[in-house]
Amino acid sequence: MNPLKKYIKSINLRNYVMIAALLLIWIAFSYLTGGSFLLSRNISNLVRHMAVVGILGIGMVMVIITGNIDLSVGSVLGAMGGLAAVMHIWNGAGVYATIAVVLITSTLIGTIQGSIISFLKVPAFIVTLGGLLIFRGVQLGLTKGISIAPFAASYQKYGQAYIDKSIVWIMAIFACTVLVVLDFIKRKSRIKYDFTVPKISVFILKNAALSLLILFVAYILNSYRGLPMQVFIMVVLVIFFTFITQKTTFGRSIYAMGGNYEAALYSGIKVRRNLVIVYAINGLMAGIAGVIISARLNAGTPTAGNTMELDAIAAAVIGGTSMSGGVGKVYGAILGALFMASIDNGMSMMNIDAYWQYIVKGIILVVAVWFDIYSSKKS
Amino acid sequence: MSSPILEMRNITKIFPGVTALDSVSLTVNEGEVHAICGENGAGKSTLIKVLSGVYPQGTYEGEVLIGGQEYTFSNTRDAEKLGIVCIHQELELIPELSVAENIFLGKYVSKLGIINWNEIYSRTRQLLKQVGLYREGSDATTRIVQPSDIIKQLGVGRQQLVEIAKALAREAKILILDEPTAALTEAEVDTLLGILEQLRKEGITCIYISHKLDEVIRIADRVTILRDGKTIGTDEIKNLEKGDIIRMMVGRELTNLFPYKEHKKKEKVLEVRDFCVKDPDIPSRMLIKNVSLEVYKGEILGISGLMGAGRTELFTSLFGAYQAENYGDIFIEGKKVAIKTPVDAISNGLALVTEDRKRFGLVLGMDIKENTTLASLEEVSNIGVINLNKEVVVTQELVEKLRTKTWGIEEKAKNLSGGNQQKLVLQKALLTRPKVLILDEPTRGIDVGAKLEIYKIMNQLVEEGVAIIIISSELEEVLGMSNRIYVMSEGKITGEFTAKEANQENIMHAAVGGIK
Repeated sequence: MNPLKKYIKSINLRNYVMIAALLLIWIAFSYLTGGSFLLSRNISNLVRHMAVVGILGIGMVMVIITGNIDLSVGSVLGAMGGLAAVMHIWNGAGVYATIAVVLITSTLIGTIQGSIISFLKVPAFIVTLGGLLIFRGVQLGLTKGISIAPFAASYQKYGQAYIDKSIVWIMAIFACTVLVVLDFIKRKSRIKYDFTVPKISVFILKNAALSLLILFVAYILNSYRGLPMQVFIMVVLVIFFTFITQKTTFGRSIYAMGGNYEAALYSGIKVRRNLVIVYAINGLMAGIAGVIISARLNAGTPTAGNTMELDAIAAAVIGGTSMSGGVGKVYGAILGALFMASIDNGMSMMNIDAYWQYIVKGIILVVAVWFDIYSSKKS
Repeated sequence: MSSPILEMRNITKIFPGVTALDSVSLTVNEGEVHAICGENGAGKSTLIKVLSGVYPQGTYEGEVLIGGQEYTFSNTRDAEKLGIVCIHQELELIPELSVAENIFLGKYVSKLGIINWNEIYSRTRQLLKQVGLYREGSDATTRIVQPSDIIKQLGVGRQQLVEIAKALAREAKILILDEPTAALTEAEVDTLLGILEQLRKEGITCIYISHKLDEVIRIADRVTILRDGKTIGTDEIKNLEKGDIIRMMVGRELTNLFPYKEHKKKEKVLEVRDFCVKDPDIPSRMLIKNVSLEVYKGEILGISGLMGAGRTELFTSLFGAYQAENYGDIFIEGKKVAIKTPVDAISNGLALVTEDRKRFGLVLGMDIKENTTLASLEEVSNIGVINLNKEVVVTQELVEKLRTKTWGIEEKAKNLSGGNQQKLVLQKALLTRPKVLILDEPTRGIDVGAKLEIYKIMNQLVEEGVAIIIISSELEEVLGMSNRIYVMSEGKITGEFTAKEANQENIMHAAVGGIK
C-alpha cells in the first residue's frame, strides 16, 4: 500500500465522506441553478446562514458526547434575544452591559439545568424539555408577543457587519502559518516517540491543500463584502472549543464520561461537576447565538430560535457525533450545519417549496446515522 | 419415593477454553430434596442451565432422562412443559405488576384474547395458600399477600415465595432453587425451608443449590458434590458431617503455578474499624456488618469467600464507589480519612482494579494512553492542558514495566486481549501511585500465561512498597499468593490466617460460616 493511501486510511474516513457529499451537492446545486449557487454573494449568504446553528452545534456536540441532550437551547436563544431587546431598547441599557447580562444569564440557565440533571438525577431529556417550554414562555412574556426594534448600530454589527477585506487577508495568512507550524511540531514529536507519520511529501501536500483552501475561502468572501462578523465569532469558538475538547483534561474527561460513565467515575473524574460545566457552556452558546440573531434581525422577537435546538442536534449528529456518547468532534457540527444550510439555500434558489427542505433534511439525518452504524459495523 | 425422576448422564459442557462440566452425572429421586454443593465455579449453575433448557441440545454432550425417558430441550419452555422450573438467584418477577399478573405471566387464562381475571385471581389465591402467603378468612390484622398486591411492595422473602407459587402454577414437578436464601433474613429462610418441607410432602421434587451447609443439612435428603466440573460424589445427608462435605468440595491438588514470595511486612498502611454497608435495595438489611481489618505495607493480603459474601461490596465501598450508605472509620497511615467518592480514595492512595474491567475499568473506545492516564490526568497536564508528550512517556514506561502486548499505545482498548486489558487497568491504577492496591478478581477470564505475569507484577509491586489486597474466588489463587488471608461470609470477617496456617479446609470452614 502506498503511503498516501495508508495515510488516508489511517484518518477518519467519515469526515471525507462528509466533505465529498458536501462537494457533490454543491456541484449539483451549481448545475441546477445555472452557476448562481457558487457566486460569492451566495456563498457569503450560506455561511452567514449556518453560523448560528454552527455555534449552537458546538455546545450541543459536547452535551451529546457526555451522553446527554439539550432541548432548551432554541428557547434560551429566543429568550436571550428578548432580554437584550427589553434591556437595551425599552430600558436604555448600554450595548456592552446588555450583552454581558445576556451571556451571564444564559450561562446561569445552563448551569441550573446541568445541576438538576447532574445532582438531582432528573433525566436530561425531561429537564431540557421543561427548559424548552419555560424559556419559550419567558421569551413571549418578555417581548409581550411583539417584535421589539431597533437596536443601536453598535449592537447590530454582531449580526450584520463584515470584517474588512484587508484584515481578512491578514487573518487567513496568519491562520495558514499557525496551521503549518503546529502540524510540523506535532510531526516532530510523533517522530521522536516513534509513531507512524505520513511521508514528508504527503505532509507538504496536505498542508498546502489546507492553506490553499483557507486562502480560497478568504478570496471568495472578499469578492463579496468580507468575512461576516457572526462567521468570525463561530470560527473563533470552533477553534477554542476544539482545543478544549482535544487538549485539556476537561475535554478528555467528557469523552471518558460519555464512553463509559462508570469507568470515568471509578477513575476519580469529577463527573458531576463536569456535566454542569458542559451545560453551562451550552447555555453560553445559546446566549451568544441569541445576541447574533437579535442583531441580525435588528429586533427581539417572540418567535426567534423556534425549533433551533433540533437544527443544532441534527448538525451535531450529521457531523458524526454519536447519540450514545463518547464520540464526536466540535468541528463536525460545523460541517453538519454547513451541510444543512447548503440544502436550505440551494433548494430555495431553485424555487422549491420550503416544505421540501424539511423532508430532505430529515432523510439526510437518518441516512447519515445509518451510514455511521453501517461503517462502524463493517470495520 | 425412591425411583429416579431425573437422571443426567455424562453431561459435558465446554466453553471456549474452559471445560465447565466434565462428564457430570446426577440422579434425583422422586419427591426428595436434593442439594448440590460446590465451590465458586464448580459447575453448579452450568449443570442447572443444561437441565432447565437455557443451553439447548447440541451445545453439550450427554443425556437427560426424565422418568426414565430421554428428552432434549431446545429452550426453557420445553423444560417447563415437563415440569422442570428453575428459580434463579436474581428473581425474575416484574416489579411493577401484581402478584397474580406475575404468577400467570405469559399463561393468562383467556378466551378469544380476553383475560378471565376472576379465574386467575381465584387460582392465585389457591397458589398463595400453598406457599403460606394467604389464609382464608383472615382479617386485615394478619399480614397476608393479596393477588392484586404489587410485587415491588413485597419484601424479598415474600417475592421468593411468589416465585415458588409461579413455578407451581406452571405445574412444576421438579423445582430448582439456585441460592434461594442469598438475600433473605434468618426468619425468612426459616419460612422458606418450611414451605419446601411442605412441598416435599405434596410430592414435589426439589433441587437445592446453596453455599450454606447448615441449610443443606437441614433440608436435603441427599447431596451431590461438584468440584471443577466433575461429580465428586452423591450421598444421603444422614451419612455426612459438615466437615465431610467441605472436604469433598475443596480436596484439590495444589499446583505450583504460583510464584509465592515471603515479603517483609512493614508498617500499617490501612486500617478499617467497624465498617458497615447497607443493602442499597433493602434498607433494613446490612450487607457488611462491623468489619475491621488491617493492611500492612509490603504484604499481599488475600480476601477469600464464596459468592455473595460481600467482598466486592466491602472494597468498592472503601473506595467510595458503592452506591449505598456506609459508616465506620478508615485510617490511612494512622490518619483518619473520609472517603465519599473515588476522587477521595485516589487522593488518599487507594487504587481499585474492579472485577468487571469492561464495565468499571476501561473506556473501550479510547486508546491505551488515554486509558492509562484517565485516573491521573493532573499528573500529565499543566493548568488543565494535557501534555501529550508526557502522556506518551509515562504510558510507554508502564507498558514496558507490565509487558503489555500491543502494536502501539494508540491502539484502542477494545482491541486488546483479556489479559492485556487487565494489564491496562493495572497501568491506570499504578499511575495514581497507590499505597494500597486493591485487585478484585484480577485473573478472571485470562489465560494461564497472563495470570502468571500478573502474579509476578504483584510480587514486584509489593517489593516496591505497595500493599496489595487480592480478592479472589479461586481458593488456590488466594492460598498461592497471599501472605495473610481474611475470609468473609455473609458480610462478616469469619477467619484470619497467615500463609502458614491457611489451607483449603479451614478457609472453606470459615467461608461457609463455620467459625463464629
